Amino acid sequence: MTTVSHQELAARGLWHNNQALVALLGLCPLLAVSNSLLNGLTLGLATTGVMVVSGSLIAAFRDRLIASIRLPLFVLVIAVTVSSIDLLMQAFLFELHQTLGLFIPLIVTNCAILGRIEAFACRHPVREAGLDGLYTGLGFSGVLVALGAGRELLGQGTLGSLTLFDGYQGFQLAMQPPGAFIALGLLIAVRNAVVSWLRKP
Amino acid sequence: MSPGPYPRLRPRLDDLMGGVMLALLPGGLVQGWLLGWGLLLHCLIAVLTALVCEALVLVIRRRPVMATLRDGSAMVTALLLALCLPPLTPWWVTVTGTGLAIILAKHLYGGLGYNIFNPAMVAYAMLLVSFPGVMTVWPETPASLVETGNCILGLSSFDGTTGATPLDAVKTQWIQVSESGETPRHPPLAPVWAWINLAYGVGGLWLLARRLIDWRIPAGFLGGLFLTSLVAYLMDPLHYPTPLFQLSAGASLSGAFFIATDPVTAASTPRGRWIYAAGAGLLTALIRLNGSWPDGVAFAILLMNFAVPTLDHYTRPRVYGTSA
Repeated sequence: MTTVSHQELAARGLWHNNQALVALLGLCPLLAVSNSLLNGLTLGLATTGVMVVSGSLIAAFRDRLIASIRLPLFVLVIAVTVSSIDLLMQAFLFELHQTLGLFIPLIVTNCAILGRIEAFACRHPVREAGLDGLYTGLGFSGVLVALGAGRELLGQGTLGSLTLFDGYQGFQLAMQPPGAFIALGLLIAVRNAVVSWLRKP
Repeated sequence: MSPGPYPRLRPRLDDLMGGVMLALLPGGLVQGWLLGWGLLLHCLIAVLTALVCEALVLVIRRRPVMATLRDGSAMVTALLLALCLPPLTPWWVTVTGTGLAIILAKHLYGGLGYNIFNPAMVAYAMLLVSFPGVMTVWPETPASLVETGNCILGLSSFDGTTGATPLDAVKTQWIQVSESGETPRHPPLAPVWAWINLAYGVGGLWLLARRLIDWRIPAGFLGGLFLTSLVAYLMDPLHYPTPLFQLSAGASLSGAFFIATDPVTAASTPRGRWIYAAGAGLLTALIRLNGSWPDGVAFAILLMNFAVPTLDHYTRPRVYGTSA
């Protein structure tokens, strides 16, 4: 198995293979929860946690997996991790857990996690799998935070506990599902513009 | 892509857009006369914003600026949006809407000729969803120029009476009280709006006479709207308004002649146009009768815009010299 350098993993996870902007995976939670900065940040960090833990676990047992039933095994490991994080949040971050509600258990269905395990973690050592999970998760979180902040700012004129514009009437579209799609499309467009600008010289 | 042959474009684009602007004149004048100065101010704001946005995007996209500005398509989009806005809407709503229409709905899809959705209707739908408070306030009597200006600039809020549009009144007074038994009689025509729609119809007929638009689209749209409301009326004449009321209310005729006929976003085959227009008329009636929005024209046309590529694909005419 070839080893992958730390920088390479970081560059892939954060930019070249960003799960939200390039692979377009995990869009359901991405679009549904990114209506405020706080929600986006929390769901992003929880997803990152799940990616690191489940990726490392799978990598640790990668020699003993039965190839024909590997997908159910992956899902089982992810589900265990998600449930643990769900219970931990319920114990220590109860109010946040209340607002995010169903979306924490639904991290199980985030195809980006399964995708990274199938494509990377199940055939690399624990350290690399963990790092890959970390950077992929951070790349995903970055997009969630950007979307959440942008939508909250446009939709309500606030950012977390800050009120940026007084008497702002609110741009309802940004808070609604179509606004999430439009905002994600614009983010992807910005990324593509940056890529082609970097490639030009 | 419509099937060949491709004759030289007739009418030319600037003729078409100039014709549309001229044909909007009677409807616009009557609407301005009956509903107040706001229309004129919004037209000015919208056209100015549209020209600035269009020029800006064209510079960014490195396209010829003056030649494209002169074709008038951005101005038509701006005017169509301004005609949908309540007269006392604040200026920033108009500016936001026009910007969305030109930048998001037109140029992000590739500019004139490539946009799938009618830019003016995209902007109207976005504004209605985003600012329902200001987008549904229609004053009962036209406000004076000074008062209108103050409202649009946000210097003061309107203190006259605001009323429901005829369509809203029908919805709240008849359709939604179907349980309560006794209901007042319908007016045969929508007050005020019947005159506005009539004037748009006159402008539309002039466009038809000059062959700037295809007669199938207004005919299909009005036919679909009429038949659907006729069915609803015959099923329950106490609660559903007459078909004639539907035709005279809201944006029926301006939608049929000016919005549904947008050559870019309408279907391009004859049979496709029938289906596109009749579908839009049907959806307009259904949204008005059962929806919660003030009017259904914008949403109906946007929904049918989705269907246009499929319609064009399945209604291609037989190519000359081949068997079906």
